[in-house]
Amino acid sequence: MPVTSEQEAYPVAQFRKTYFEECAELLDALQSNLELLSSGREDEETLHAIFRSVHSIKGGAGAFGCTDLVAFSHTFESLLDALRDQKVAASQEIKQLLLRASDALADIVHAARLEQPLPPNFAADISVAMRDALLGAGQAIDVAVGSVAAETRSLSEQKYRVRFRPHTEMLRKANEPLLLIRQLRKLGTLTIEADSSSLPPLEALDPESAYLSWTFTLETAVPRGALQDVFEFVEDDCDLEIELLEAAAGPAEAAASDAGSVVASAVAQVSVAQSIRVDVDKVDRLVNLVGELVISQAMLTEQGLSLPADTYPQLIQGIEALAQSARELQESVMAIRAQPVKSVFARMPRIVRELAATLGKEVRIVTSGEMTEIDKTVIEQLNDPLTHMIRNALDHGIEPPSERVAAGKPRQGTILLSAAQRSGRIVIEVSDDGRGINREKILAKAQARGLVPAGASLSEDEIDNLIFLPAFSTAEVITSISGRGVGMDVVKRNVQALGGRISVRSRFGHGSSFTLSLPLTLAVVDGMVVSVGRETFIIPLVAIVENLRPQTSDIHPIVGRGNVLALRGEYLPLVYLHRVFSIGDAIGDPCRGIVIIVQSESAGRVGIVVDELLGQQQVVVKSLEANYEPVDGISGATILGNGRVALILDVARLHEIDVRGTGGRLPSPDQFKIETAKDIVDAA
Amino acid sequence: MTKRILAVDDSKTMRDMVSFTLKKAGFDVAEAEDGKAALNVLTGGKFDLIITDLNMPNMDGISLIKSVRAGSQHRAVPILILTTESDGAKKADGKAAGATGWLVKPFNPEQLIATVNRVCP
Repeated sequence: MPVTSEQEAYPVAQFRKTYFEECAELLDALQSNLELLSSGREDEETLHAIFRSVHSIKGGAGAFGCTDLVAFSHTFESLLDALRDQKVAASQEIKQLLLRASDALADIVHAARLEQPLPPNFAADISVAMRDALLGAGQAIDVAVGSVAAETRSLSEQKYRVRFRPHTEMLRKANEPLLLIRQLRKLGTLTIEADSSSLPPLEALDPESAYLSWTFTLETAVPRGALQDVFEFVEDDCDLEIELLEAAAGPAEAAASDAGSVVASAVAQVSVAQSIRVDVDKVDRLVNLVGELVISQAMLTEQGLSLPADTYPQLIQGIEALAQSARELQESVMAIRAQPVKSVFARMPRIVRELAATLGKEVRIVTSGEMTEIDKTVIEQLNDPLTHMIRNALDHGIEPPSERVAAGKPRQGTILLSAAQRSGRIVIEVSDDGRGINREKILAKAQARGLVPAGASLSEDEIDNLIFLPAFSTAEVITSISGRGVGMDVVKRNVQALGGRISVRSRFGHGSSFTLSLPLTLAVVDGMVVSVGRETFIIPLVAIVENLRPQTSDIHPIVGRGNVLALRGEYLPLVYLHRVFSIGDAIGDPCRGIVIIVQSESAGRVGIVVDELLGQQQVVVKSLEANYEPVDGISGATILGNGRVALILDVARLHEIDVRGTGGRLPSPDQFKIETAKDIVDAA
Repeated sequence: MTKRILAVDDSKTMRDMVSFTLKKAGFDVAEAEDGKAALNVLTGGKFDLIITDLNMPNMDGISLIKSVRAGSQHRAVPILILTTESDGAKKADGKAAGATGWLVKPFNPEQLIATVNRVCP
């Protein structure tokens, strides 16, 4: 049989064409089976079919050198395999992941077909998520390797003895000892010794059983591995012993080959060191410890500052250096948890595509700022609110093509999804060029429901923001798409739980824009420490615009709005903290205390009346829900350097509460206990 | 005498490539798109080697191997499974079912022919 390469005559282009045609079918099948899976069809056949599609795509990809495709489909396939073997549960999350992976796979196939390079790190987040899912299930994943070139490093001749006793099982699988002997002979000089001592007399002989065994002596220059490879197919079905009789290689060569392997492993280490995979728990533990460190450091700083600086100059210096290092350490640790929002954004085009098709609308989605980084915990919880906002925009915002054309707009609606980092927060915007909010309808509805007193005059923004009220929906709002019992109030609540704010701006007939502002991390806040009576509060620094002590003439009472502060021609509502939280022994008069002007997306600018500013400090946020109970107007708590608990103000809520006149019930110190910082991450 | 090989794979690309390569090397090749189709083809003639994929609809490779080994006509015929490098467990499954050897995807024409020659006397 000629063993020749037929590369010239091998019609690769034709096979390639067939392959990609096949890929299109496989991707279609994959898509529809994944949709079945999503809709609850988790039977074995569906899972098998899904696996097969990816498997077949991968199989061909290798043959055409599509390495990206091989690598991605390999990971995809591993996850599907684990799913099929029920090592990974078909959770909603996993199903989402599979859908995303299938979209990415389609893109990678497309790029491979056009022989275009993929953008750097394309779908890397999906691959990582898939590996995470596998790791989470305790599934090891091997890295897809291309065809590994056989090692043909030539050694000087060595002499091996091979003892080989086939089992009957080996013959049953059609492995022929003669063929193995022929292969051995190709490797070098072979001496064969057959042992027929177990051979029974002819009448007792079972023609399908193995009775013979062999001892070979092979003088060869090929490495031991090549020798073992000959028996690769049969090693489980025979007794095999390979031993080196004479090491012909001198010590110098052995040393050289050792040195070679040292170099090789050093090279391997260098490439591994570029990124390592770490269990999230470990990172969280690190975050916790750093949180503790920051608290201890704050205590030290406070104690240190009470010492005369000239007596202990080095101690003070040391404390300052510690503060600096602690802060840098904290930032570095937080950066480990940061991930680009891309992983969430990447899911949205598909949602838009599918929903647009269902609704008979033409919509495109444009995303920007995908590489903006935000804490992993925030990212994970961003998906639901964002999905809901996108669905909302598509369902209520964007008009059907005919209506758009009639309104002089392009047939195709546009949804913009953007992320950006702005003054210590992440701002995510979802805007559409649809019909905008119908204020008359919203207001009428709100009044009919008693959500707004009849005759009250609301600003346009206030009316728009009515849609965030619980259970608020216009008749049109309830549709099969977004009306799944989830309203914008739930979105708002989810966002607030993340320490975020949501607001809406709209122009009737021109579209709406939802703005989500989220903290970069939930575990640490830069805060202004203020006192009101005996209570200490933290106001997040990002919210603070300025501090001032107004003149009596700057304060004006306005009916229905309480006192306002005249500031450079603008009137800002004043929030008296002692009133909001019923604190008895506070100063209460803004002209004798301090007014802190804060800004929030939903409440605009507001002046908060406090007694005194105590200083500025980075604080570790602890959950109030986890340690006490949620208090309106408070977003969390922290422990100060002196060991006292301080509450972190939710500035956006304060004005609303003050207007309503019902404050939250503050915990007394004995009710509120935080023993360690282990809840930081829980809180986050 | 020209040796006859049956190539079983649900992927047309794979079948095309396998059969093209083997035909070029002088083998006579028949194709089947899954295990069931393969069993049908096998009843219609004598083959010297079966090359089969594992993941296929209707009847997968493992069931095909078991059926062949349990039958009479082709039970001593070598069977090569096509697998991917990740499938250490699949190789073991294939071997346990009675496969003679395996060929790791992706493979080039030389690898295919070399492996065929390894198991096909």
